[in-house]
Amino acid sequence: MDWEALWLSLRLGGLTVLLLLPLSIALGRFLAMRPFRGKAFVEAAIALPLVLPPTVLGFYLLVAFGSATWLGQIYERLFGHTLVFTFEGLLAASVIINIPFAVQPAQRAFEAIALDLRDAAATCGLSWWRSLRRIELPLAWPGILTGMVLAFAHTLGEFGVVLMVGGNIPGETKTVAIAIYDRVQAFDNEAAGRMAALLLLISLAAIALSFALTKRVVRRYG
Amino acid sequence: MAESPSPNAALSVNLHQQTPIPLDAEFTVAPGEILALIGPSGSGKSTALRSIAGLYAPSRARIVCNGAIWLDRDAGINLPARARRVGMVFQSYALFPHLTAAENVSEALGDLPAEARRDRARALLARVHLDGLEDRRPAELSGGEQQRVAVARALARRPDVLLLDEPFSAVDRVTRRRLRRELAELRRELPMPVILVTHDLDDVVRLADRICVMRRGQILQTGPVEQVMTRPSSAEIAELLDLAGDVPAVRQPRGSA
Repeated sequence: MDWEALWLSLRLGGLTVLLLLPLSIALGRFLAMRPFRGKAFVEAAIALPLVLPPTVLGFYLLVAFGSATWLGQIYERLFGHTLVFTFEGLLAASVIINIPFAVQPAQRAFEAIALDLRDAAATCGLSWWRSLRRIELPLAWPGILTGMVLAFAHTLGEFGVVLMVGGNIPGETKTVAIAIYDRVQAFDNEAAGRMAALLLLISLAAIALSFALTKRVVRRYG
Repeated sequence: MAESPSPNAALSVNLHQQTPIPLDAEFTVAPGEILALIGPSGSGKSTALRSIAGLYAPSRARIVCNGAIWLDRDAGINLPARARRVGMVFQSYALFPHLTAAENVSEALGDLPAEARRDRARALLARVHLDGLEDRRPAELSGGEQQRVAVARALARRPDVLLLDEPFSAVDRVTRRRLRRELAELRRELPMPVILVTHDLDDVVRLADRICVMRRGQILQTGPVEQVMTRPSSAEIAELLDLAGDVPAVRQPRGSA
């Protein structure tokens, strides 16, 4: 069992979810609110990581993070090294590829809030912020949570993008999914099997938890 | 048919636009008065109500309440809904499903400290005969009880205007009669202008002081309920109000149908 890789994966998943939480709320709510020109294009762009081969996405991120682009240059000037083959680069890639998993359920959840409820909040004198905190977020919570669980589980399992952007540096970019591949390459099927089983259990538990929470919320407010 | 604005009007409303929803309506409501907006669906009565609440702004409109300008498109004034002191009962009630009855009411009591809000929410719920049900969520209440929560919530802000959008349309006939009776009792204590949107004449007869008949965004006739009911100014109004027996009396002198 490669505990270092497992810890790295859990850390990556946790930080990815932490960064995606405000993004999914803001973007999901914005997209749910009202139609605007080019909305279909924005939604397509958000869904893109779902259908793009991970190597294609990884390739573009690798290029974008490199020192040949303005993004890479700014980062290098600020922090003294490029994003490529670092944990930070892996985290940035992880956030980007998980946007559809986090944003789409949040958007559906905000869309499901009846327009009347927002109007009622306004005529009750609730400020924008209070309406979000007291009315919209509690009602959209199951969807937002589902998105977070999906993003977390997906981060643990991501392989192609991690290999392209992060490489295979122990303690820095070697996730448990990469470690499994590593072990199989070394004919160490026993270690690979243990890690695969653990990943399976964590993913199953995460998704079961999100389903259970969603069901409880639905029962309460039915 | 516009009336001249009465000097003691608490609310004066002017709404005009061609598209997307045609509107050409002017009316005033006095303190404590209940004005019924009646008309078929698509007549613009709900849009008029939403405009007063601040949920919609027609292209040319002016709404003044107690001397304060809420909306004046020419002057570029458009107060958001939360800045207008309105109480609104939605057709669907629009209760917050995750909050209890008491929490629904206390949400509208924004500025008060927590304890005062709790007490006042209980008092308001008691006023609409819901004592003992404060901790239930909307899904655990009957349709009639939900409507009462919506009324209590609308009154919580001490609104300058009370807006009722088809408040009895989602309950059975027996409940409807009881709610109507309760509202008739409650209204005696209400100091603010009240606008009731409905398509039910019984609501109008039992509750309203004046009636405004609307069709395709236009006001066809405004006046005291009895006057409009007994002397509709056109056959069309008589038809809209379903005053079948009165139609011939109207038709004869006008010679039109």
